[in-house]
Amino acid sequence: MGLQAIFFYIFAFVAIASAFMVISAKNPVHSVLFLILVFFNAAGLFLLTGAEFLAMILLVVYIGAVAVLFLFVVMMLDIDFAELRSGVLQYAPIGILVGLIVAAELIVVIGGSVLTPQAAQSITMPIPNPAQRTNTAALGDVLYTNYVYFFQIAGMILLVAMIGAIVLTLRHRQHIKRQDISRQVARTPATAVEVVKVKSGQGL
Amino acid sequence: MEIGLSHYLTVSAILFTLGIFGIFLNRKNVIIILMSVELILLAVNLNMVAFSSFLNDIVGQVFALFILTVAAAEAAIGLAILVVFYRNRGSIAVEDVNMMKG
Repeated sequence: MGLQAIFFYIFAFVAIASAFMVISAKNPVHSVLFLILVFFNAAGLFLLTGAEFLAMILLVVYIGAVAVLFLFVVMMLDIDFAELRSGVLQYAPIGILVGLIVAAELIVVIGGSVLTPQAAQSITMPIPNPAQRTNTAALGDVLYTNYVYFFQIAGMILLVAMIGAIVLTLRHRQHIKRQDISRQVARTPATAVEVVKVKSGQGL
Repeated sequence: MEIGLSHYLTVSAILFTLGIFGIFLNRKNVIIILMSVELILLAVNLNMVAFSSFLNDIVGQVFALFILTVAAAEAAIGLAILVVFYRNRGSIAVEDVNMMKG
C-alpha cells in the first residue's frame, strides 16, 4: 500500500465523517466548521488526482469565502436553533429511505461500470506532462482559448450574484445619521458659523 | 492496492448521499439545507476531477471550475435571500416560507 493510498484513505475517511457531522451536529456553527473540514479534505483528494489549481481554488474560494460567509450568517441571525431541530427524527425515516435508494443506485452504477476503450480516443484536451507544464498553466491554456465564452459567462454569473446579494440586503434605514459628502463640501462659513453677541456678565 | 477511479467515485457517491440525507434530516433549518447543497456540489466536483484525471482529459477540471463558480454564486444569493427573509419574518424555518404565492 503506497503513500498515495494511505493519504487517499485518510482524506476520504475524514471527509465522509465530517460530512456526516455537518448534517447531524446540533449547533450550526459546528456544522459550518465541519463543512470547512470537508472542503479541506476534498482539496486533499483533488491534490491526489493532480488537480492542483482546483485544490487551491477550493481552499481559497470555498473555505475562505463561502464557508466564512455561512459562518457570518449563522452568527448574525439570532435564532433559536434548538427549536429548529425539534422535528429532526420525524423526517429521518424517509430521509434514510431516499438516501439508501440513491446510494444503492449509485453503487449499482459505479460497480457495474467500466470505461470503454473508445473513451481514450475521444478526449478533448489531454493533460500535459506535469514536469513540463504545470496544472495551472495547462488549465489556463484551455480555459482562455476554447472555453473563453464560458469563462466570460462565469464572470457574468458572479457579477449578477454580487449585484443581487447587495440589492437584496441593502436597506436605507430612516432616522439614522449619514454622511452626505456633497452637503459637507458645499458648506460655507456663512452657513456654518453663527456669531453670537454675548453681553458681558450675563452669559447665554 | 492501487487507488483507482472507482475509489473516488465511491467517496463522491457517499458525500452526495449524505448531502441528500441532510436535506431530509434538517427540514426546518435553511442554513443546513444550503450546506447540504454545497456538499452535493462538492461531490459532483469530485466526480468531475476524478474522471478528468483518470481519462487524462483536462476539460473535466475546466467544468469543475465552472461548477465552483456557480456554487459560490448560489451560496451568496441563497444567504442573501435568507437574511432578507429573516428580517421580514424573524425566523428561518422552512415551514414559514409559505406566503410566496402572489
